Amino acid sequence: MASATGTPPRLLMEGIEKRFGATTALRGVRLEVRPGEVHALVGENGAGKSTLMKVLSGALIADAGRMELDGRPYRPSNPLDARRHGVAMIYQELSLAPHLSVAENILLGVEPHRGPWVSRRRMRAEASAALRQLGVDISPEVEVRRLSPGERQMVEIARALAVQARVVVLDEPTSSLSGKDSEKLFALIRRMKSQGISVVYISHFLEEVQEISDRFTVLRDGETVGGGETARTRPREIAAMMVGREVAELYPSAEPRFGEVLLDVQGLAGRKKPQSASLALRRGEILGIAGLVGAGRTELLRTIFGLDSIRSGRIRVGAYLGAASPRQRWRQGMGLLSEDRKKEGLAPGLSIADNLTLPKLENLGPPGVVLPSRQAAACRRWIDALAIKCRSPWQSVGTLSGGTQQKVALARLLYADVDILLLDEPTRGIDVGSKAQIYRMIVDAAQGDPATGKRAKGVLLVSSYLPELLGVCHSIAVMCRGVLGPPRAASEWTEHRLMLAATGQEEPQ
Amino acid sequence: MTTSSPNHPTLPAMPGSWSDRVKLLRQSPWVHSLGRFLALAVVFGFFAFWVEGGKFYSPRNLENILRQSAVYATASLGMTMIIISAGIDLSVGSMIALTVVTVAWVLDLHVTTATAAGATETVYLAEEYPLLIPWLALLAGVLVSVLAGLCNGAAVVGLRVVPFIVTLGTMGIFRGLAKGLADEKDIYPHKDTWLTQLMDPTLTSQDPTWRMWILPPGVWILIVAAVAAAMFLRYTRPGRYMYAIGSNEETARLCGVPVARIKILTYALAGLFAGLAGLMQFSFIGGIGQPTSAVSYELFIIAAVVIGGGSLMGGQGSILGSVIGALIITILYMGGQQMGWPKWVQEAVIGLIIILAVVIDRLRQREAA
Repeated sequence: MASATGTPPRLLMEGIEKRFGATTALRGVRLEVRPGEVHALVGENGAGKSTLMKVLSGALIADAGRMELDGRPYRPSNPLDARRHGVAMIYQELSLAPHLSVAENILLGVEPHRGPWVSRRRMRAEASAALRQLGVDISPEVEVRRLSPGERQMVEIARALAVQARVVVLDEPTSSLSGKDSEKLFALIRRMKSQGISVVYISHFLEEVQEISDRFTVLRDGETVGGGETARTRPREIAAMMVGREVAELYPSAEPRFGEVLLDVQGLAGRKKPQSASLALRRGEILGIAGLVGAGRTELLRTIFGLDSIRSGRIRVGAYLGAASPRQRWRQGMGLLSEDRKKEGLAPGLSIADNLTLPKLENLGPPGVVLPSRQAAACRRWIDALAIKCRSPWQSVGTLSGGTQQKVALARLLYADVDILLLDEPTRGIDVGSKAQIYRMIVDAAQGDPATGKRAKGVLLVSSYLPELLGVCHSIAVMCRGVLGPPRAASEWTEHRLMLAATGQEEPQ
Repeated sequence: MTTSSPNHPTLPAMPGSWSDRVKLLRQSPWVHSLGRFLALAVVFGFFAFWVEGGKFYSPRNLENILRQSAVYATASLGMTMIIISAGIDLSVGSMIALTVVTVAWVLDLHVTTATAAGATETVYLAEEYPLLIPWLALLAGVLVSVLAGLCNGAAVVGLRVVPFIVTLGTMGIFRGLAKGLADEKDIYPHKDTWLTQLMDPTLTSQDPTWRMWILPPGVWILIVAAVAAAMFLRYTRPGRYMYAIGSNEETARLCGVPVARIKILTYALAGLFAGLAGLMQFSFIGGIGQPTSAVSYELFIIAAVVIGGGSLMGGQGSILGSVIGALIITILYMGGQQMGWPKWVQEAVIGLIIILAVVIDRLRQREAA
């Protein structure tokens, strides 16, 4: 696969392998990027994209394989070394120091200096030059924390350009951006391309990949499973390579039987978002909520759950009417799975048993007393039921893999035996295998099991991954700029129509 | 990849290889405390060996170590809870002083009346009500610290100021109150009561009935309080909630933990233990209401918790560990004195040991992870 012109590729990674303990993250990956091209790296969460990029940026050292930059061997020993070679990473979690100025951030680690003294004048000049090259209008003096997310990303990219980047890696760059900022970003990527810079673009939004990239490489379970020219490949083919199986079998199906209304929300508005949301969730129903990042879906769940305050509107949970604290919500039979496992969802230092039983420590001993043996017993039941891979209930959650952590977070809702499950991005950041298991858990929970007396539950499912919504939900409503559209049967939606509604291009009816 | 990627081999409960078994063993809570006992033994053994004439392990000295460490250890029980829930309390030394002064103040309550002959007569309530007044003093002394702790908790929760700043402020406020109550002088109660004897030596005492206590009453109070605190943290809902809040406050809130209430409870309980420590301190300094006592105790108490395995990031800490930590610090302090080390050496050594303890702890945890 030598490039057509005979010149060496800008970047070549070949036979890259990386293991973490018993887990193999990369098993012989090949990636070839030409000079001045936008190369999309796609794959499901957990496919190994981020690990591969960490190898590229020197944050991790590969166990095997070789890398070349413009035909020369390239072995970065750390991220700063990689930067000096002209390989710059722009991470999805923006990595700027909020209290430093734009210029200080752009030149962090490579400050122009004379002896021990940083030359502030040259710093300002170099930072301005990098910003000008991008055609963005940000003062190098301003503190980064005063910037919008979009502007921060520009600063990150300017940081890449300040060291004469040859390869710029963008990791899920649009996930924290609004539509307008995304357009600006794309313009900027084209500009870099015209200057001969190669861009590696990581995303699982195939629409974006289609729009911006020249060629693509697909990773699955740590292997390169395909690639080619974007213009000649249809998104569905790329999706099939990513998933590696027909999408249908990933999602279990069940005949829905709906019961009474469990959750009734009318005209709900929070402090900022949501602005207006109405929905009714019935027993046995899985109601999906689609929308762009920042549309207010997470805030909707948080407002219903009592984590955010209500400005107006009405929430009825079973027989309870009105606002309530999370504590009361649990007692009313409602549980929330947070989108942010690390920051909010789980206490990583605590054990599986402690995390699992936290919302409901009652009935684990005499009144007021929590017996560890009972905790462990309650926990073991769910470890078995959900096939949670762990050594013991007392293993700390922080040592588990992402998918296993997510199962623990979900098991918490099942342990508390809530009737209403509010799930916020339940499959974010986990591998395909765990995904299928989590879909199974969701569908099973909604359906209930009359044989064992398990009652059907209602599920409110927020997801940014459209196939997941279409595959699992009975009905779907789309949220756009804080306003929730009316739910419609999942069969009436397509990915295309969901996307249109989410971007506000189609009046939801 | 996220930090979760270098995950463990996800094998069943039975560890296969020896290295796995050793790893599991190292993680067990028993081995965990064993390490601290070992550290205690090493520190004690060092001074037992080097202090001449075996004086260091004489019954009298052992008793002194216990008496002196009891004040730190008792206060460290509350500090452990606070540190587990990711807080800090710098005002504990001032709280102890406030209790000391309050106890003395109540014991010293008196009424001065003019007699018919034109002279004045002073009537001490402690003499009028010899049974009631010591109990009242005890109650008032403990209560004032509980209230002080409640104020800390309410300020942390209500004003949304970080605990470090809140308690830095109340450290000054409580110390000021203690000095104000004592009128900036030491209060010498009119008469000694049993409150003064709480920490008196027992085994080395001449009095046979006093010898039957085996340990000073204050040390018994510590033992009971420590067991209660450990049980509370391990087996009750508020106790488990403290760990949850310290490990991840957002998660705790999400799971319906009444975060504000638990935090206030934590600081109030810390006040209770500081109050008990104050009673011991009152006796230990000879039954004087000294408003300048227990200065900089907060550092020793925090150090005891940290040496005992508490993490200032929250979510970690143990009662047994903190008590051992208090013992280690006392032994270093007294041992250094008896070795004739200059004061500056003692202080520097204690500082070094604190840092060393934390570094060892982190190495151990990295190995476990």
